[in-house]
Amino acid sequence: MMVDASRKAISDAPPSDADAARTMRLGTGTSLVILLLLLVAPLLVKNFIVFQLTTVLIYGIAILALNILTGGSGQFSLGQSAFYALGAYTSAILIEHAGVNYALTLPISGIVCFAAGFLFGLPALRLSGVYLALATFALAVATPQLLKLGALEPWTGGVQGLVVDKPDAPFGLPVSQDAWLYYFTLAIAVAIYIASVNLLSSRSGRAMMAIRDNEIAASAMGINVALYKTLTFGVSAAITGIAGGLGAIAVQFVAPDSFTIQLAIALFLGMVVGGVGWLPGSLVGAAFIVFIPNVAESISKGLSGAVFGVLLLVVIFLVPDGARQVAQACRSVIGRRKG
Amino acid sequence: MTAMLDVSDLRAWYGQAQALRGLGFRLAEGGVTALLGANGAGKTTVLRAICNMVRTAGTIAFEGRPLTGLSTASIVRLGIAHVPQGRGTFTTMTVEENLQLGAISRSDRRGIISDTERMYSHFPVLRERRRQQAGTLSGGEQQMLAVARALMLRPRLLLLDEPSFGLAPLVVRDVFGILGKINREDKVTILVVEQNAQLALELAEAAYVIETGRIVMSGSAADIANNEDVRKSYLGY
Amino acid sequence: MELLSNQILAGIATGAIYACMALALVMIYQAIGQLNFAQGEMAMFSTFMAWQMIHWGAPYWAAFVLTLMLSFAGGVVIERLLFRPLAKAPILTNLAGFLALFAIINSVAGLIWDFTIKPFPSPFGSSPFLGSRLVSTHQAGMIGVILLVLAVLFVFLRFTRMGLAMRAAAAQPESARLVGIDTNRMIALGWGMAAAVGAVAGMLIAPVVFLDPNMMGGVLIYGFAAAVLGGLSSPPGAVVGGFLVGIIENLVGTYVSGVGNELKLPIALALIVIVLVVKPSGLFGRQEIKRV
Repeated sequence: MMVDASRKAISDAPPSDADAARTMRLGTGTSLVILLLLLVAPLLVKNFIVFQLTTVLIYGIAILALNILTGGSGQFSLGQSAFYALGAYTSAILIEHAGVNYALTLPISGIVCFAAGFLFGLPALRLSGVYLALATFALAVATPQLLKLGALEPWTGGVQGLVVDKPDAPFGLPVSQDAWLYYFTLAIAVAIYIASVNLLSSRSGRAMMAIRDNEIAASAMGINVALYKTLTFGVSAAITGIAGGLGAIAVQFVAPDSFTIQLAIALFLGMVVGGVGWLPGSLVGAAFIVFIPNVAESISKGLSGAVFGVLLLVVIFLVPDGARQVAQACRSVIGRRKG
Repeated sequence: MTAMLDVSDLRAWYGQAQALRGLGFRLAEGGVTALLGANGAGKTTVLRAICNMVRTAGTIAFEGRPLTGLSTASIVRLGIAHVPQGRGTFTTMTVEENLQLGAISRSDRRGIISDTERMYSHFPVLRERRRQQAGTLSGGEQQMLAVARALMLRPRLLLLDEPSFGLAPLVVRDVFGILGKINREDKVTILVVEQNAQLALELAEAAYVIETGRIVMSGSAADIANNEDVRKSYLGY
Repeated sequence: MELLSNQILAGIATGAIYACMALALVMIYQAIGQLNFAQGEMAMFSTFMAWQMIHWGAPYWAAFVLTLMLSFAGGVVIERLLFRPLAKAPILTNLAGFLALFAIINSVAGLIWDFTIKPFPSPFGSSPFLGSRLVSTHQAGMIGVILLVLAVLFVFLRFTRMGLAMRAAAAQPESARLVGIDTNRMIALGWGMAAAVGAVAGMLIAPVVFLDPNMMGGVLIYGFAAAVLGGLSSPPGAVVGGFLVGIIENLVGTYVSGVGNELKLPIALALIVIVLVVKPSGLFGRQEIKRV
């Protein structure tokens, strides 16, 4: 009764319990089937679709990062586009101005974004709920403007942005550039997914979730709330930055207007559609934000926005908890059949 | 004697957990009835079920009219006032606004004004604090305000959930004295849930004892008070 | 000195619009604990309806009043159709619902009235107000109308039984039901009123920013900032927040060198974030007590 809505706010992932870690990921069998599907997918479709699938993986990584922040520690950010942009620009600048190998730029982007996220997390400690949403929102709104600043133009290319070369497959492998980029992204996505699942089921992950469920109780249990919250911000920003770097390489171009608040909103919608706090849902959410606008466009050009909105409403009316809810329903059906 | 409230085969659930397992009782018009039982027995749930604030099955009839399917607000408007646990004070509003809210479903302006005066005479301390934010009142004062707010509805049935909770013994005596007076003078039927069994049995004429969602004993307050088991479990002597 | 006072006055004029948007946001926030991201689009749609009526030959004030009534009804319908079914869904799902509504309204308005910019009439004219170069009669009229709206709302919430019931339903819904208040009806009423207040803001800002489906984007952001700055638990705070944001925006644009229109928004937002870091529940918001 005493806690108002803005405070209890964000932590709407189900309370953590004994099998919290299990509900965050899929069973081994299911994971392997999905991995297999992802491995063979590019062999079956055209190059352009391979490129779209790469985009899905990249957004999937970024949504996963938001899931760690929101589902993990209950903080909410509308500013992920800022970290995505920072990662993208870091990679692009390193490749174009310093001639660094594209693969090596990714960890650097991650580190730069970790630092930025950690620093942003410090003032954000004082804020929660909608107030945090506003602060991160401000960050997202400011990002394109900052990238256009004249002083940074020698590096950022100003409004024009930077063009990045598309990498070839190494060792003379007989695959197209698109396919190579896809597998490269897939490998990183899988590595990040596994690392994230392990992080959330570790001691630190439990500490984060304790903070999400009840901050005061968590601090009473001896959890360093400030440290964990800022660290989560940092980790989430780092992963988003890696996704941004991959994005720059895949699109071969960075420009301020690619990183507006719209990107942050898209990532947020992807998280909701996938199911807040459910890591495998990130991929489903990413597919939604990549493909559904195209579907909407093909249904009606003039009303594509409305069609997208209606499709989104249909999803949240049918499954308010997103893909996670579908997965749970499937699991219980299968469980009943087995049992 | 006609039954003002007739409850039969009442079951209730919080999510998957069943809190009431089929209980029934009748309230005589004009009487005071006590519901006794240990923590978690389901006393509060009975009151919440009457006002449709939990998922229920079974039938509840108020003055012969089934309450099934009615919203909480419409049940209250039939004349059932409910003082919930924690008192339900509108903490950010003044004492006077709290009383006005109690009468929000009535439209007789004069009656509301005279009832407000009557509440102030029942509870003089509320008159002194009429312009004060209700959240700043002491526990006892808030309990008085809650009872007064409920009476502003001019209810025929008053449901009270732990009116003695958190109050000093002297204040408890005060509140229960006024409850008795209201019952006698205004002919308000009262159903009271209490941990403090002794106190409740002094006020009530009839009593029911609930254990794990079922009624295990019923009778006149005197019989219940003299029952060996009740004395051991709830009265402590 | 004259520049400063004129800038402040101009800030108050735009601030009045932000105050209106912030108030609409706070009304819905109080009722359901959610920020309505589609509030700006709803206001934009209302303004287009007014434009259409005026285009068909209706006198300005008739169109104004009719638009308010239609907006009220529209707000109630949106609540019934979209957000009542979502009431039990997680809060972030609700936020996604608002964004969906945003996309739908924006796209439908674009289809009906297309995306070209249209002028919108002002009932107050646009000559200089009392000889001031920076404040026009329209801006003065805007401040007047909005102060009137605020006064009406204040009287309604403070001194009527319906207003009391609305406040009670927003503050403690369960207790409100226990005194016989139909809280669903109060929420619908809150939506209707918020839609109408938003429509006022839209119709008053349209002569300044011109009419097109994307006209409310910037206004809504400032409205959010104002609501959060003032404190979401305080309608008067939201109004003061609106005026403050308007003044800050104007002064930053005028006095901080090198700040074009591009950087005005980020700087204003940054200032607000700094205020929030110092005072996390807004300038006038109540610090809620948390129980474990």
